Amino acid sequence: MMRIVLGASLLLASPAFAEVRPGPGQDVVEANCGACHTTDYIRMNSAFLTPDAWKAEVGKMRAVFGLPIDDSVAAEILQYLTTEYGPKK
Amino acid sequence: MKRRVMLAGLGAVAATGAKAAEKPKWMSPALPDGTRDEATLVRLPGKQPLIQLTDRPPNYETPIDAFADPITANDRFFVRYHLAGVPTMEELKDWSLTVGGDAADRQVKFGMADLKKDFAQVEVTAVCQCSGNRRGLFDPHVAGVEWGYGAMGNAVWRGVRLKDLLAKAGVKADAVEVWFAGADGPVMPATPPFRKTLPVALAQRDDVIVATTMNGQPLPHLNGFPARLIVPGWTGTYWMKHLTSIEVSSKPMTNFWVQKAYRVPAGMFPVDLPFASQNDSATWPITEMVVNSLIASPVDGTKVGRSGFTVRGVAWDRGHGIKTVEVSFDGGKSWKPAKLGKNLGNYAFRTFSLASGALPPGPCVVSARAVSNKGETQATTLLRNPAGYHDNVPQTLTVTVA
Repeated sequence: MMRIVLGASLLLASPAFAEVRPGPGQDVVEANCGACHTTDYIRMNSAFLTPDAWKAEVGKMRAVFGLPIDDSVAAEILQYLTTEYGPKK
Repeated sequence: MKRRVMLAGLGAVAATGAKAAEKPKWMSPALPDGTRDEATLVRLPGKQPLIQLTDRPPNYETPIDAFADPITANDRFFVRYHLAGVPTMEELKDWSLTVGGDAADRQVKFGMADLKKDFAQVEVTAVCQCSGNRRGLFDPHVAGVEWGYGAMGNAVWRGVRLKDLLAKAGVKADAVEVWFAGADGPVMPATPPFRKTLPVALAQRDDVIVATTMNGQPLPHLNGFPARLIVPGWTGTYWMKHLTSIEVSSKPMTNFWVQKAYRVPAGMFPVDLPFASQNDSATWPITEMVVNSLIASPVDGTKVGRSGFTVRGVAWDRGHGIKTVEVSFDGGKSWKPAKLGKNLGNYAFRTFSLASGALPPGPCVVSARAVSNKGETQATTLLRNPAGYHDNVPQTLTVTVA
């Protein structure tokens, strides 16, 4: 297991860096997606990914990148992403 | 080498207090709304302000005005990582490079002093362009890092020939590929580490080098310090940073990064050196760049005087060199040849410029298109491919003459 060094200045991270939108599932998204990458990846990829495209992304994170979540958590994440960051109606 | 990594959000390093994040001066309106909303202008340690798309892993692009120059300064050069385990400079102090593999006669190990002392030092000026540069301009958008125009740069790379390193290990007759690993890594052990491979024929080419300097200086930390692979003509995915391991292999590499990612539809884009061991019937690995050009000045949406302005930019291709660049001041109805700058080599940016002359007031739609010495031209319509690669549709920008 790799040891991890967090830059000391990270502790001073500015609240000016916006986070993902509040909504059901936000905490699950931040805890799981945010473990390996900034949730700015989600904002960056919005708002154009269809529910199927978001499903493919979550599937890739599980199957390829080893995100250790079960189907119910995956469903919760997918619901959040499609609701908050899906294409505008 | 120790595998301690830095996972700090690099952007946070630059943030001070609760000051509002600074926005880039210009981003293409064609980018996704979410990208334009989340991107910030950030000054990383040792860098001028770059456009931060993500801080963890670090993905930063170069503002477009930098491309009026043939050489991209180290402190303006873009930064791209797949995985957030970035080795710190402290951890890279005891860096070494191992060369071996099942198709090598022996395994050898080199420190920085060995590279400088025991090998011919060679130089190549070459464009490093992320495969996904301009992905964010795809219409409709595709998933990924939503780069604008600035995931590229041109530098003078100096170091040792890859083939000279391979010769020390001895390349066996059954060698098919040469595999590369760097010191950067994933956050979770279950994530496949970023590894890439080259066909053995390319690895033997004189200008494929392991660079230890960039524009006369040690490589910047986030551009691969202390040594990175330089593959002139091929997209940046092969330019492994923090290079620690080279393996001559009798088998094709099998991993996500090679077999699933970085693929293009078979035959869609021209290549001189097929990566046969990685091709399948439907897709090929992305390899050689496509001919392209970029206008750095003027910037889209700006105002210019009636006496006119000079278009400045760069053109590049996959190694044949640039034959001509033409510029249009009327939305593509007519084209005039631009003046080309000094030739820095076939893998380098070629600058171009052209003065508009006096212009009537109102909008002026400017465009540029390059032709390579091979006769290859920029696409007139986007050659769509699933991962959003190789967008070389001529850029169109509008300035207002007043």
